[in-house]
Amino acid sequence: MDTVEHVRERLLARFPGAEVTVVPNGSPAGQHSLLISAAHALEIARYLRDEPGLAYDQCSNVTGIDWRDREVIDIVKDSQPGAPGGPPVVVERKVKRIEPGYLEVVYHLYSLARREGPVVLRLRTGNRSTAVSVPSLTPVWRSCEFQEREVFDLFGVVFTGHPDLRRILMWDGYQDHPMRKDYVEPDDYEWEPTPHGDVLTKAKRHYPAPTAPGMTNDE
Amino acid sequence: MNETQPALTSQERDELRRQGVLLTSLEELYNWGRSHSVWPLNFGLACCAIEMIAASMAKFDIARFGSEVFRPSPRQADLLIVSGTVTKKMAPHVVRLWNQMPEPKYCIAMGACAISGGPFKQGYNVLKGIDRFIPVDIYIPGCPPRPEALLHGLVQLQEKIRGQALTGPEAPRHLRSDDACDCPVPELGAHDIEPSHAPGVWSSPSLVRPDKG
Amino acid sequence: MFDANPAASPSARVRKVEPSSFGFQPSSVPPPAGGGGDLLEISLGPHHPSTHGVFRMNVVLDGETVVRLKPVFGYLHRNHEKLGEGTSYLGSMPYTDRLDYLNSMTNNWAYAIAVEKLAGLTVPERAEYVRVILAELTRLLNHTCLAGFLMQDCGCSGTPLMYAFRERERILDLFESLSGSRMMCNYQRFGGCRVDPTPAWLAAVAQLVDRYGPFLDEFEELLTGNEIIMARTQGVGRLPAALAVNAGVTGPMLRASGVGHDLRKVDGYGVYPRLNFRVPVGDHGDVYDRYMVRVLEMRESISLLRQALAALPGGPVLDPKAKQRGLRPKAGEAYGRIEGPKGEIGFYLVSDGTANPYRYRVRPPSFVNLTVLEDLCLGHTVADAVIILGSIDIVLGEVDR
Repeated sequence: MDTVEHVRERLLARFPGAEVTVVPNGSPAGQHSLLISAAHALEIARYLRDEPGLAYDQCSNVTGIDWRDREVIDIVKDSQPGAPGGPPVVVERKVKRIEPGYLEVVYHLYSLARREGPVVLRLRTGNRSTAVSVPSLTPVWRSCEFQEREVFDLFGVVFTGHPDLRRILMWDGYQDHPMRKDYVEPDDYEWEPTPHGDVLTKAKRHYPAPTAPGMTNDE
Repeated sequence: MNETQPALTSQERDELRRQGVLLTSLEELYNWGRSHSVWPLNFGLACCAIEMIAASMAKFDIARFGSEVFRPSPRQADLLIVSGTVTKKMAPHVVRLWNQMPEPKYCIAMGACAISGGPFKQGYNVLKGIDRFIPVDIYIPGCPPRPEALLHGLVQLQEKIRGQALTGPEAPRHLRSDDACDCPVPELGAHDIEPSHAPGVWSSPSLVRPDKG
Repeated sequence: MFDANPAASPSARVRKVEPSSFGFQPSSVPPPAGGGGDLLEISLGPHHPSTHGVFRMNVVLDGETVVRLKPVFGYLHRNHEKLGEGTSYLGSMPYTDRLDYLNSMTNNWAYAIAVEKLAGLTVPERAEYVRVILAELTRLLNHTCLAGFLMQDCGCSGTPLMYAFRERERILDLFESLSGSRMMCNYQRFGGCRVDPTPAWLAAVAQLVDRYGPFLDEFEELLTGNEIIMARTQGVGRLPAALAVNAGVTGPMLRASGVGHDLRKVDGYGVYPRLNFRVPVGDHGDVYDRYMVRVLEMRESISLLRQALAALPGGPVLDPKAKQRGLRPKAGEAYGRIEGPKGEIGFYLVSDGTANPYRYRVRPPSFVNLTVLEDLCLGHTVADAVIILGSIDIVLGEVDR
C-alpha cells in the first residue's frame, strides 16, 4: 500500500523544485491527499501515470470544491513601554483578517495494474475571481475531459491546455457558476402547491399581502 | 349538441341500447372514437419514463386502453406525457414538441417533478412545473407514479375527452378560432430561462384563501 | 459547436481525425480520406427514441458515416450535488435513488459506504449479506433491461424488451415488498439496512433465482446466437483496452475490452471476498462482447445470490449505535465506491463538521464511460452509433445528475 508520504518522497526525488504538500484528512477514511503546485502539475501527473513503480493509470474522479473566504482571528502581542523604569507591558489584541478563499480541484487516482489507490491530488487556484486557472490533466488521463469541463461549468475553474473547454451541463450562454457557495439561484417560487421548509420561505416572498382583515396567506 | 331539451333522456337511450338499438349523437360517437385511440408521444424525460415504458409492457399493457401506439414523431401524436423532471435546459424543447403536435392534443404531467419540480424543486436548473409553459390536462402525482397510476390518469383523460362539447364556449381548442394553439417557447438566458413562465398559460394563483375570510 | 464557416472546405470544417494528443487512434476503422462529399450535420436528440432519455449527440455525417460526434449533456441536470449540500447526510439517501433510476439499491449502497467511511461506521454481517443480495438482484435487473434496450436499438423491436420487463417486474415486486417502493427503494442506511427481510421474502428471492437461469437460457437462445444480431454488433464500436483504462471506463464496458477489473474483487468491499465468483472478460471490446459480458455476469450473479442466501447469518441488520438523523461526521473527506451495474459508482464527501456535507460529489459511471463515445463511433454508420450508445448503458439521471 502506497502511503501519501511515500508517493510524496518519490515525487520530490524526481522533481526537486516542485511543491508537494500532504493535506491530512481528519476523517476515519484516512485518505490523505497531496497538494501539488500548478507549475509542476502536468509533469507530476505524467510521472505518476508512467513510472512503473507507481503506474496510476486511471483517474477515476475529478471534482471541484469552492472554499470561501474565511475570517481568521489572530492574537498579536505588542509590547508597549510600561511605567517609567519598569518593564514593558505586553498587550494582546485580536486582529481579524480575511484568509482568501480559493477553488480546489481534486483528482482521485487509482492503479489498475497494481491495484493501488486512491492517491488524491489537489490543485488550488490563486483566488476565486481573477486567478482561477489550473493546468488541465486531460492530456494525461482522458477521463478528465468531461469531468474538468463540468468543474469549469459549475465552479468556474479554467483549465489551461484542455482540448475542448466549454460548458457541459448548463447551456452555452449561461454566465453563472452554480456550484459556488455564493451562487444565488433565480427566484421562481411564485407559487408552490405544497410548500414547506426553505421552499415556503422562498415562496412567501411572492405571496400577496392580506387584502382584508381576517384573510391570511399562511399555510 | 344543441341547447334545447334532448329528445331522449339517457335512461331511455340506455333502455334502447339494451334492446339492441344504438342511438347516439355525432358528438358522442366522435369523442368515443377519439378517447380510445390516444397516441402518446414516445418521449421520456427521467425516472417516470421507465414507469411509462413499464406501463406499455406486458404486465400493465396500456394497449388495453388503445394507447400502445407510442409515436416517435410529435406530428403523429395526440398526447404528451411529460414523464419526469423538466430542466430549464430542456424546457424549450418540450414546448417546441408540444407546438409541433397537431390539435386535438392533450398533456399529462406525470410525477411530482413535472407537476412542480418535485424533490428537485430547489434546483437552479429545474422548471417548477411544466404547466408554466403548456396547458396540462391531467396531473398524476407520485415519485414516480406506479404504472397503474398512469393508466388511471389515462382513463381520466379519456373521460375528459368524452365529456368535451364540440360547439359552444366549452369547445376544445382545436375547434375554436379564438384560442391560439402555440405556446411561447422560452429562451435560454444568461441566468435563467426567459420568460420564467408563459404569461398567457400560467399565472401565479392567489394564495389568499377565501374560506378564511 | 461545430465550426460553421461556409467558406471553409468540408474537410477543414471537420476536425482531422489524426492520432490524437492522447496517443490513441480514435477508432479502429480509419475515417474516410478527405471527406468525399458534402457533410451533413445533424442533432440526434434530445428527443430521440434511441437516446435512452434526453441525451443529445451532434453528429457530422459523410454520407452515412460518422466523421465527428459531440455529445451534449445537461438536459436532465437536476442539480443533485447542489441539493446534496443543502440537505443532511440522511436526506441525500432518497436522492441517490433517482441518480441511476434503474439501480437504486446499488446507488444507496455506494452512498452508504462513503458515509460509513467518512464517519467510521461498521456494518453488521447480516446487513452485508442482504446488501449483496440486493446488489446482485439489481445487477440482474439492470443487465436484463440493458439487453432489452440494446436489442430495441438494433431494430429487434418489442420481444426482448417485453421479456426483460417481465423479469424486471418480478424483481421490482421483491423490492417493493421489502422497501415499500418499486423503483425508489431508499433502503440502505448508514451502518446497515432499513428493514430486516423476512423468511418469506428470502424464500421468494430463492424462487426467483431458481427460475432466472432458465429465463436466461430462453433469452440467450433468442439473442446470443442470432445471426442478425451478430452481424449488427460484432466488430462494431471496438474499444482498445489501453484507451479504456486511460479514459476511466469502468464496469462491464471495461471488462469487455479485456481488462479484468472488478471492484468486487479489487476493493473486496462487503462480503464479496467470502463469495466465490468469476469475472467475465471479453476479447474484442465490441458491442457484442459488451452484451456477452453482461449476460455472463448475470450468470455469476445468480451463483452469488445462491451463495449469499445460503450463508445469510442471523443478527441485526442495522448497527444501533450508528446515527442516522443528525449525523455529524467530523471534518474530513472520504471517497467510497462500489461496482455498480454500470461501472464504478462513487461518492466523494467533504465534511466540515456540520450536519450537511460541505461538498457532495457523485462519480457517475455512465458519464465517464461516455468519454469514449466519439472514438467508438467514428467511421461507423449512424445506425451503428445508436447501438454503440446502447451498449455503453447510460442512464441520464446519472449522466447529468
